[in-house]
Amino acid sequence: MPRPSRPCWVSERGLLALLVAGLIAALLAGAAIGPYPLALGRILALLAGDPSVAQEVTVLFNIRLPRVLAAALVGAALAAAGAAYQSAFRNPLVSPDILGVSAGTGFGAVLGILLGMPVVVIQLMGFGMGLATVALVLLLTLALRGGGQVLVMVLCGIAIGALAGAGISLVKLLADPDNQLPAITFWLMGSLAGAKRGDVLATLPVMLVGLAPLIALRWRIGLLSMGDETARTLGVEAGRLRLLVIACATLVTAAAVALAGVIGWIGLMVPHMTRMLTGPRFDRLLPATLLIGAGFMVLVDTAARSIALMEVPLGILTAVTGAPVFVWLLARGARPWAE
Amino acid sequence: MGRVTPLLETRDLVVGHGRTTLLGGIELTLLPGRVLCLLGPNGVGKTTLFRTLLGLTPALAGTIRLGGQPLAGMSRAEIARHLAHVPQAMHSPFAYTALDIVLMGAASRLGAFARPGATETAGAMAALGQLGIADLAGRDVSRLSGGQRQLVLIARALAQGAAAILMDEPTASLDFVNRRVVDRATRALAEAGIGVILSTHDPDQAAALGDEALLLGRAGVVAAGPVATALTTATLSALYGTEVQGSAGADGRQHFY
Repeated sequence: MPRPSRPCWVSERGLLALLVAGLIAALLAGAAIGPYPLALGRILALLAGDPSVAQEVTVLFNIRLPRVLAAALVGAALAAAGAAYQSAFRNPLVSPDILGVSAGTGFGAVLGILLGMPVVVIQLMGFGMGLATVALVLLLTLALRGGGQVLVMVLCGIAIGALAGAGISLVKLLADPDNQLPAITFWLMGSLAGAKRGDVLATLPVMLVGLAPLIALRWRIGLLSMGDETARTLGVEAGRLRLLVIACATLVTAAAVALAGVIGWIGLMVPHMTRMLTGPRFDRLLPATLLIGAGFMVLVDTAARSIALMEVPLGILTAVTGAPVFVWLLARGARPWAE
Repeated sequence: MGRVTPLLETRDLVVGHGRTTLLGGIELTLLPGRVLCLLGPNGVGKTTLFRTLLGLTPALAGTIRLGGQPLAGMSRAEIARHLAHVPQAMHSPFAYTALDIVLMGAASRLGAFARPGATETAGAMAALGQLGIADLAGRDVSRLSGGQRQLVLIARALAQGAAAILMDEPTASLDFVNRRVVDRATRALAEAGIGVILSTHDPDQAAALGDEALLLGRAGVVAAGPVATALTTATLSALYGTEVQGSAGADGRQHFY
């Protein structure tokens, strides 16, 4: 028998089962912890339909569950998009905002805050502006006749992203420093404090539409990491497949940023951590990184709303908790990329 | 006697980029079990010819047929089922195992949503075994030697199941021992019935491995045909613009210097 091609002590299915169990545990912990604690037994009873304590029903279904599910969606989307971008661009240093989607979404959202829009409109402006930014990058790449060239595309993304970043700075300068500026700053550091049930229900279909093709095509997407020419001689329409990956990953990233603000680290580092468990094959990486991203985000968000009197921005916590773990994994010698 | 359908055939093929013609009048016929060696100075268009044969660059004129079918109009997967490519080197940012790389050869035979399963794994292991490197299956390819990596790429081409394989200077960056290993593997492929087109800078390698040779100079085709007639001191002198001498070795093959 061939040796297993991943540095792992459990089978692929076993690992996924473990990660699903971990995610469920994280969701239950997130639902239990808060200023109005819910015991595990109560949560299960409420989920089973026990309406006896109205206050508990409200806390669980209107506050806790929407928030932990929003966190799971955001974490899954960012980790999956990061992994997809890293394969499609053949670069382990790429994060989902390489083509300017985070900066574009951020610009749309802070503009909405500046204009005093309701939350729903702020989210829609962010989402639309994020998609528009990447569409502009792709059109610009085509106009420069860089069609098949990843480098031209990435450079265009950096240029347009810089413009969106300048737009964000301008909005901050124009914002009312007493209430708008703190809101903008807080949003740019990432938060799920405003996540409502309606947000989760609106975001879920977008996430599914974006993630489903990535999951279905995951083995083929992995071939892109060998380079376009090789992928094409192996029988894959590399250019078309990469565009599809970019479209799907951009869609879920824009939806995640519109919901939770700019949360760094997850899209770049969770796929790396996952590769240390699954090896580099994208078909094994994607489901696992999606689950780890979701579980990690739920835990981080639960910590964000319970470790201090005020909510700690998610972007700060993801880095503070993720960086040491990542360095520890590096120190153990797990290096799933080519040297 | 029935005529064997050539694995790959070109008629009056002209290759180049856009309006720049690099090579014209290329008549290639690759039969099963044959090794065809391409020789020519750098920049003459060998790589462009390969890219054209693989359907990556459009032909400027002429026709290419794969297994009797015109290349124009074939999908990427159809081309891949007829013709495999062994690139000069392998670049990936990720530490794939040799088995992962060879499994990629199954792409053109799997549905869009499929992943390689037991059948594909068995096929990949058979390809690795055929090249004598089954023991490398679980190893990280970025840590293999250049020769071993080249064998992994040849195994991937085998796993692709194509009857013809293009090899782009497969031994250019290899040391003496690894070169011999790859040369033997190439000959073994031909003996197994696969047609191989191989580009090389070494006339001795072409003489030792090739059944046919195609000499491509700046002005076009210098010589084409069986190695015995196409690969001579006269044609090589004309090809490289410098006087080439040769002698027959103990094995009956020509050696040039």
